[in-house]
Amino acid sequence: MTDLFHSLRDAPVSAWIGIVIVGIYTILAIGAPVLAPYPEAASIGSQYQPWAAPHYLGTDALGRDVMSRLIYGARNTVGIALLTTALAFAMGATLGLLAATLGGWFDAVSARVVDVLMAIPALIFALLILTITGTSVLALVLVIAVLDSTRVYRLSRAVAQGILTMDYIEVARMRGEGLWWLIRKEVLPNAAAPMIAEFGLRFCFVFLFISALSFLGLGIQPPTADWGGMVRESAKLIGFANFATWQTATFGLAPLLPAGAIALLTIGVNLIVDWVLHLSSGLRE
Amino acid sequence: MTDLLLQMTDIRIEGRSDRQWKPIINGIDLSLNRGEILGLIGESGAGKSTLGLAAMGYTKGGCRISGGSIRFDGQELRGAPHSTLRKLRGKRIAYVAQSAAAAFNPAYKLIDQYCEGPVKHGVMGRAEAQRDAVELYRKIRLPDPDQIGFRYPHQVSGGQLQRAMTAMAMSCRPDLIVFDEPTTALDVTTQIEVLAAIRDIVREYNTAAIYITHDLAVVAQMADRIKVLLRGDEVEDAPAREMLANPQEDYTKSLWAVREFRRDPMPPQKEGTGPLLEIANVTAGYGAVTVLDGIDLTIARGSTMAIVGESGSGKSTLARVIMGLLPPWEGAIAFDGTPLPPSSRRRTPALQRHVQMIHQSADTALNPRQRIREVIGRPLEFFLGLKGAAKKARIRELLTLIELDPDEFIDRLPSELSGGQKQRVCIARALAAEPEFIICDEVTSALDQLVAEGILRLLDRLQREMSLTYMFITHDLATVRSIADTVVVMQGGKVVEQGTKDEIFTPPHPPYTELLLSSVPEMDPDWLTRLLAERGEI
Repeated sequence: MTDLFHSLRDAPVSAWIGIVIVGIYTILAIGAPVLAPYPEAASIGSQYQPWAAPHYLGTDALGRDVMSRLIYGARNTVGIALLTTALAFAMGATLGLLAATLGGWFDAVSARVVDVLMAIPALIFALLILTITGTSVLALVLVIAVLDSTRVYRLSRAVAQGILTMDYIEVARMRGEGLWWLIRKEVLPNAAAPMIAEFGLRFCFVFLFISALSFLGLGIQPPTADWGGMVRESAKLIGFANFATWQTATFGLAPLLPAGAIALLTIGVNLIVDWVLHLSSGLRE
Repeated sequence: MTDLLLQMTDIRIEGRSDRQWKPIINGIDLSLNRGEILGLIGESGAGKSTLGLAAMGYTKGGCRISGGSIRFDGQELRGAPHSTLRKLRGKRIAYVAQSAAAAFNPAYKLIDQYCEGPVKHGVMGRAEAQRDAVELYRKIRLPDPDQIGFRYPHQVSGGQLQRAMTAMAMSCRPDLIVFDEPTTALDVTTQIEVLAAIRDIVREYNTAAIYITHDLAVVAQMADRIKVLLRGDEVEDAPAREMLANPQEDYTKSLWAVREFRRDPMPPQKEGTGPLLEIANVTAGYGAVTVLDGIDLTIARGSTMAIVGESGSGKSTLARVIMGLLPPWEGAIAFDGTPLPPSSRRRTPALQRHVQMIHQSADTALNPRQRIREVIGRPLEFFLGLKGAAKKARIRELLTLIELDPDEFIDRLPSELSGGQKQRVCIARALAAEPEFIICDEVTSALDQLVAEGILRLLDRLQREMSLTYMFITHDLATVRSIADTVVVMQGGKVVEQGTKDEIFTPPHPPYTELLLSSVPEMDPDWLTRLLAERGEI
């Protein structure tokens, strides 16, 4: 724990910016019901209002408060992305570490299965499965988790293989340690840093993927607020934007708000990931 | 033209760690004449490499030259712009790294890497550089000099690579070459060839050299003058012969004395006790390659058997077979009369705990994420079932036994230990299982001589106190002389000769033992010249 504080104190400015961004998003996501001025899905005014009090970011096509939906969007999009990434890691890392440690037929079979899954373009595969299963949140989470676990599998297997050549693993094997001990005590602590960094990156990809699916209409379904869907709904407004006055120009900005929220979070997470990768690489410059 | 080539005065170098600058070199003067070879010696961490690199006006990342001046042929290098330094480096000052295998780019042929320097510096054209490379390859006695340059680095041996690297450093006929432990990673038999090649070519072109090493016997062969460093300070600087004959400072004397450790022979074993370990006709290998070919060995209880041979002779594979990591194809191993199952997975903890192994590199043998308490505690828990206070008390006992203060070390991570301390922790981990037999696989080869001697003394003391039996794998015959009772010489997976230490070290020897024994550098500065004359290589 003291190590963590020590590293935090030494963190560069870029990492701090990332931490602040992610921190704000987290607060928004957790405190959405308290922080959002209006409910998520209720129509509370006329449609397409400009940016003025009490709707500081205007209203959408159904007269819902855009700011409230953005805040709830953080909760839905980020929450589901986090759940999916965690699930992908649980599956991918378990299989990857097992494959590396056990070797033999388990390694060969699992590696080929993963190769097959990776050979199919992820978006097309997800579209296909979601068309068959229907677009429930559960199906969405499972499909993306399975697809992403293949990348996690590859990484954890490669990292573990590097660690398994070390002499301390040989010492543990000579002692007669079981598989569970080897993975938990000898491999995992040393694989943690690249895995944490990968978690951050994977989270970004999952979250962009969900937004992309929502944009295509197969992701999180209305009336649940999510950023990808909001981009889709407001995209057509760009054509009606009139940049003569500030008030009318806001129509053009409407799709940029959720898109910007996506971009900002991606940047924030990546700034932190860069720092964690730097720490784990052991570079001191 | 003056004879003085390099003049470094009051050099101070600092390295950054824990967010502050810490001194590495505290004001050292160094001067070098044309054609002179200066030997820089000291333990690791003494600042040898740092000082050697500073002679090129270069520091490793995270370091800075904070004071002093470096005048190379009248030109100040400290603070000189990169463009100036770039013109000098490779052309007038060259560098030969410790591991040629890591310093060559594996994706290019040797000759292309050779030509890069001369062509970039505009010394000669590509075709001319290629002809020149062949010429130098011949001078440095590489086999097949016309063709060897057209191979990739992985297609030639380590010793040849190190010679090719020296040739490459010579490509622009520099005034100064910095050799950073060029033979440390090589076998004694290969080392001779590289040393002779380096010495001849440096003399031929009257090149000045800084030769960095921790091996005194090597520096005795190479250097005109020796400078001894200790933790960033100069200890002594004198002409080589003078210093070898009559070292002035206590530290230098202690370095000289290291090789004189001889342990007392073990008392003859009691009647009626059978051998502790019997290896009968063991053949093993990886894939289709046979590495061990019909090995027969018996190790007497309470004795130390040294296994010597070049790399690739199968020494470490034998250790892996005994430990059960590599099941042999044929043959049997019996421990104390009980046959050992071929694979460690089939051995019971009660059986496995009697046979322990200490690895060569303590760096990779300790899990960087485990504290010393866990490292030593795990075998106590696993083999002896100790828990809680009993376990902690035993860990403290073991740390005391290996001469580390328990209060200070019990909660440290491996990264917070020095090389020698790490190796001691590995010894404690092996002892925790309360074994009867320990395989020591090159346990001292990665350590400085003073530290290595400490480890040997510790192992000797432990053997007497706990009546342990050792199998000592090494390629260093000085270690064999100091610690072994019996010696086994291996070559190409076969036992060439075995017997008591006196038998092996007394002539006549089989040819391979002779080669091995005569290749061990001696402190006599004329040793290399004499040896080469005897072998008829000059």
